[in-house]
Amino acid sequence: MSRTFIDGIIKNNLILVLAIGLCPTLAVTTSAYNGLGMGLAATFVLIFSNLIISAFRNIIPDNLRIPIFIVIIATFVTVVDYTLKAYVPFLSVQLGVFIPLIVVNCGILGRAEGFAYDHSPGYALMDGLGIGLGFTIILFVMGTIREILGQGIWLKIPGMFSGFKVFGEAFTNSSVILMILPPGGFLTIALLMGIFNLFRRK
Amino acid sequence: MDNLFLIFLSAFLVNNIILMRFLGLCPFFGVSSRMETAVPMGMSVIFVMTLSTIITWFLYQFVLVPLDLIYLRTVVFILVIASLVQFLELFFKKQIPALYSAMGIFLPLITTNCAILGVAFLNIDNNFGLLSSLVFAISSGLGFLLAITLIGSIRERLENAPIPDSLKGLPISFIAAALMGLAFLGFSGFMGLSL
Repeated sequence: MSRTFIDGIIKNNLILVLAIGLCPTLAVTTSAYNGLGMGLAATFVLIFSNLIISAFRNIIPDNLRIPIFIVIIATFVTVVDYTLKAYVPFLSVQLGVFIPLIVVNCGILGRAEGFAYDHSPGYALMDGLGIGLGFTIILFVMGTIREILGQGIWLKIPGMFSGFKVFGEAFTNSSVILMILPPGGFLTIALLMGIFNLFRRK
Repeated sequence: MDNLFLIFLSAFLVNNIILMRFLGLCPFFGVSSRMETAVPMGMSVIFVMTLSTIITWFLYQFVLVPLDLIYLRTVVFILVIASLVQFLELFFKKQIPALYSAMGIFLPLITTNCAILGVAFLNIDNNFGLLSSLVFAISSGLGFLLAITLIGSIRERLENAPIPDSLKGLPISFIAAALMGLAFLGFSGFMGLSL
């Protein structure tokens, strides 16, 4: 079971290996906090949809399984959407349309179809945790890179914490704004994938 | 009139659905390695996006809002889009085989294309009326076609270029997309980015 968990983080890493679920990865990682929030929201949906689907896998009819998966996933997405709106309204505004769009994240449907549907709930839970953690780590790393280069600070939490000053005042005033604009997202993920490939090949 | 033109310009160029809003990246990178798959995918997206916008708009305004069921919109929209795509596939297969052979294999992929669902949500978040929604959907689709055509032709060229081993395939396409995005940022002089 711990094998499933570790495979989920590295061997089956949604973004670096399978290259799915790219939209939220690029869109919300303008800061480490947003990346973390998005990663945790997707992890929550992934864990519960995996658990439910695996628990009911013997009852779900084969030819109706995709619509059923979608309804189960959409239910948990709605739960996350409204929870965030109630407790962290600012984060909810920042992540915007990408929270309801978790429902079409091919990663989650892919794990439901490819793993949870033919494994017991214990394994499905570990897979959800592993895949979710792998996804969250990448989002957090991307958010970190883009926030530090783009704004010169790290881990700013709006309204609570003004962030660690990484490079000092002079840099903050003339930071690489490109990194928090959309093209910076493409560049960051390209380089992350390149570095990952470099190590995987060895 | 003015307003509609602004919506068109914003959705087509300034806030391009792929390069600025990051919606629909899976098909954008998935089928863009050749032009003969990139263009039909773009066409199918325009078509489905327009139809799904009309349907979800009416459903939202005349069913979900009056019945106070707004919290069900995620579930309802995705089911509507999935069934619409399924229906179109069957309809084309039976009635318009030429169109089916052009778009057929791309239609199932569109269900999980977040651009379609994303545009449906954005229309509601922006409080667009029916006409504005339609213009927004069509110009977003055109923006998708523009972006996927551009990246398709760049990737065809890239095949013969000397690229470091670890950047081959997806990473170099991301870099190309980043450069395209930079060029598109130039359009933001027309009006502000609304991300």
